[in-house]
Amino acid sequence: MTQRTTDITVGLFMLAGLAALLFLALQVSGLSPKSAKSTYTIYADFNDTGGITPRGRVSMAGVTVGTIDSISLNKETFQARVAMSIHGDVDNIPADSAAVIRTSGLLGEQYIDISIGGEMDSLKEGDTFYSTQSAMNIERLISNFASGK
Amino acid sequence: MINRIASFGRSGIDLVISFGQAGRFLAGVLSGVPHPATGFPLLMKQLYSVGVLSLAIIVVSGLFIGMVLGLQGYTILSDFGSEAAIGQMIALTLVRELGPVVTALLFAGRAGSALTAEIGLMKATEQLSSMEMMGVDPLRRVIAPRLWAGFIAMPVLAIIFSMVGIWGGMLVGVEWLGVFEGSYWGNMQASVDFWDDVVNGVIKSVVFGFVCAWIAVYQGYDCVPTSAGISSATTKTVVYSSLAVLGLDFVLTAVMFGNF
Repeated sequence: MTQRTTDITVGLFMLAGLAALLFLALQVSGLSPKSAKSTYTIYADFNDTGGITPRGRVSMAGVTVGTIDSISLNKETFQARVAMSIHGDVDNIPADSAAVIRTSGLLGEQYIDISIGGEMDSLKEGDTFYSTQSAMNIERLISNFASGK
Repeated sequence: MINRIASFGRSGIDLVISFGQAGRFLAGVLSGVPHPATGFPLLMKQLYSVGVLSLAIIVVSGLFIGMVLGLQGYTILSDFGSEAAIGQMIALTLVRELGPVVTALLFAGRAGSALTAEIGLMKATEQLSSMEMMGVDPLRRVIAPRLWAGFIAMPVLAIIFSMVGIWGGMLVGVEWLGVFEGSYWGNMQASVDFWDDVVNGVIKSVVFGFVCAWIAVYQGYDCVPTSAGISSATTKTVVYSSLAVLGLDFVLTAVMFGNF
């Protein structure tokens, strides 16, 4: 085999690797040039975050409008502070909206759903949700039911 | 009794010495920067024999492992009515773990053993010493291109392995078992992160490629120059590479994905 054929085959091999990486980036991990668009961060304080995790979904009427950035404990109120980044084009969430933790299906993952308020002002970068609803805890639900409360 | 303790200690000291020699050997190989005009064709030739010729076994294994993952995943997930999650299961398993690890194990068996045997035979037939006699540094001329070729080829092979595996999983899950294609890709894209999952998998395969190639060329260069010596060096290459890959995989997984 001549040097030239070797060079060409190796070149094709490296190109195949590059194409596979591109496939993993675009098709498998859904990385698209569009996903680098602007976002803004808003916060919500929950009594119980249940099973939500960073990178989880934030949705509105079932449509994904952002992702959960981080979850930390507020040491003064002992509540969990969740930061979420919302897509820049969804810039009119009413200021009295509520952040609700819901579960998709019976055993599915938990996500944050924004239930819409009616105020004219909208949430801006760095704002905090006025009202939140924590994760539904089946154990607590059952124990409440059993004790008749 | 004393003799036993002494021999135990000696084998420990030998182990430390061989680690030191392997390190010095690596430094010797990496320090000599080859001239681009002569070094590049040598590297190309090795990339061909180490990378391109390993492609067939990588593609076939990747396809079948992806198909088996699809089949097993479907059986278990359909019990819970969540067979739509099969895409994310296959993709995460392949990209994070099976892609880099299985590729490295196959690479050690297919290419690493060949490297050891080739270099060992060169040593046994005194080609390496005759090169030295002619004033050619065998570390630069023979060892360095092989080490670099393994280092470069391994991540490429692992990426191709993952891609073919995901495609094979789709073949079984979507075409055969009837999972909706939109949810196969959609769930996958929602759960696989490019930097956290894909890039960490590539980093893993870079580490494995380096370790496998290093072990292979060192075992060849260090072997006893007899036919029995070459055969035991080849065995050692495969055994040590596999153990190193599996051990390092645990460490890398704990560092990369262990924070939850």
